[in-house]
Amino acid sequence: MARIVMDDLHKVYPGGVKAVTGISLDIADGEMIVLVGPSGCGKSTLLRMVAGLETITGGTLSIGDRVVNTLEPADRDIAMVFQNYALYPHMTVYNNLAYGLRNQGVAKPEIERRVQEAAAMLQIGDYLQRKPRALSGGQRQRVAMGRALVREPSAFLFDEPLSNLDAKLRVQMRVEIRQLQKRLGTTSLYVTHDQLEALTLADRLVVLNAGRIEQVGTPMELYQRPETLFVAGFIGSPAMNMIEMGYLRDRGAAPSTLPAGTDLVGMRPDDMLLSAPAEPHLSLSGRVMLLEPAGAESHIYVSLDGNDQPITVRIPGLPTMQEGAAITLHVPLGALHPFNTASGRRVSG
Amino acid sequence: MVQNDRFGTFLAHLILILGVGIVVFPVYVAVIASTHAPGTFLQGVMPLLPGSHAIENYSEVIFQGRSTAGAPPIGLMLWNSFVMAMMIAVGKIAISLLSAFAIVYFRFRFRIFFFWIIFITLMLPVEVRIVPTFEVVANLNLLNTYAGLTIPLIASATATFLFRQFFMTVPEEMLEAARVDGAGPMKFFRDILLPLSVTNIAAMFVIMFIYGWNQYLWPLLITSDEGYYTVVMGIQRMVTGADSEPLWHLVMATVVLAALPPILVILFMQRLFVKGLTETEK
Repeated sequence: MARIVMDDLHKVYPGGVKAVTGISLDIADGEMIVLVGPSGCGKSTLLRMVAGLETITGGTLSIGDRVVNTLEPADRDIAMVFQNYALYPHMTVYNNLAYGLRNQGVAKPEIERRVQEAAAMLQIGDYLQRKPRALSGGQRQRVAMGRALVREPSAFLFDEPLSNLDAKLRVQMRVEIRQLQKRLGTTSLYVTHDQLEALTLADRLVVLNAGRIEQVGTPMELYQRPETLFVAGFIGSPAMNMIEMGYLRDRGAAPSTLPAGTDLVGMRPDDMLLSAPAEPHLSLSGRVMLLEPAGAESHIYVSLDGNDQPITVRIPGLPTMQEGAAITLHVPLGALHPFNTASGRRVSG
Repeated sequence: MVQNDRFGTFLAHLILILGVGIVVFPVYVAVIASTHAPGTFLQGVMPLLPGSHAIENYSEVIFQGRSTAGAPPIGLMLWNSFVMAMMIAVGKIAISLLSAFAIVYFRFRFRIFFFWIIFITLMLPVEVRIVPTFEVVANLNLLNTYAGLTIPLIASATATFLFRQFFMTVPEEMLEAARVDGAGPMKFFRDILLPLSVTNIAAMFVIMFIYGWNQYLWPLLITSDEGYYTVVMGIQRMVTGADSEPLWHLVMATVVLAALPPILVILFMQRLFVKGLTETEK
């Protein structure tokens, strides 16, 4: 159990590439933090800096009130789950779990107890004498988790642990990881590029872009009030629609409630309604380009009158209109996200 | 490319059988020759059927030797060859494992430079550097010793290269997992890399054992004491050493005996050997 504090962390590679530029983050004890961002945003580098697998070139990192900048990974009291599991292929599952404990000099009965406990928790008790290659992907994933569990560390580090699993298993493991983390109350840092994973797992979500933090907050905060254009575009699927203020003004649809300085207006696909709501709203007309039924919901791709800009609309159930038909969309004024393109930030008014 | 084609199968088998025939025939002749009486070869016709002197010839080679023909009993020569081959194989593997480990896993100055230096020595086999090497060994008073026989041959660019290539295929996450698990460099080497390399080590062992066993020029140069003769050079001495006609029946018996240990090594390590050359356990 530990608090992790990052203070102005920097990572500059020998070639001069800056992977992480000034990240400060205070992670509370027992919190599950998810780092999310596009590839190359520095999220994995940051995680590996915490793990001790990458050197820290600037700033301080402390785990449990201890500055660990120069400590070896094994001395940082962390455990890591790797993307490719990184199980030792020549060792049985039991030895895979026990290896780190043996290196720590933990007594044999204690190793036995912890391995059995972790195996029971992860339901891998039947495979303890098998080698990793005799296991399925999901089972290997559990073993990798078990290897982290037995160490009883003060923090778990997950590096895209579910990306090698098929979709169904991924959901199942996601739920299990969350349950396990809640039960153990261990501080966790989880890296993913899958935003659904990020939204569902996180206590707090950290969106990274180009080595910097774009926004930190609970998943719902980030979804409902993205502070930057990047976060607005990154969180939410289908992505938020962006309409220029000039277009709205030309169509006479520009609401006067938006703060000054707004030149781009974001609208979530699910805030675009097919029938006018009672509350104040703006209306846009266009033409249906494509209908995309996706089970419980449907996506309607609309091209707006006047500039043919494509817009995505999400509705529950099945659409009743035809492709090519004219359509009018209504957006409550409260659901608009005002942005300024020059600063790339939300305009608050 | 596997086709169910009668003619193709026939042709493939024909070529294979021809190939096997070409390889096996000289060996067959050697075995046959070792079973005949001394005079048979002087008639100029090579017999192709076994003779009746097998036991006699082999027991003479094994138990008596022919000191007049420059051949001590074969037992000692086989032992010398075995010691030399073992020391070379084990030494080469130990040194190349460590140097490959250093080159792949440690960041030190001129790392690539050192790798290329090692690699370039591939182009300098014993025969090329034999005079200076002999000089060095002689000055170190290592003539007529096992150390002199083996140490100059132990450095191996081939094995270093092979192990380097293998180590580079071991996922980096394996090293990172080991670091998180508290394994230092040597512990990682011993607990993770070595067990993963077992099949490669076996393959290297077979190749290097045979390399050491077949050394001819080097032992010929640095041994003058019969107690350090190896069997391969011993055969040569038997052919040229006598003042009479070479005793072909004894030479061939020695040849057959000298070929046995490498064959045994291959037979015993075949499974690992093939595995080491074809697959990696990951």
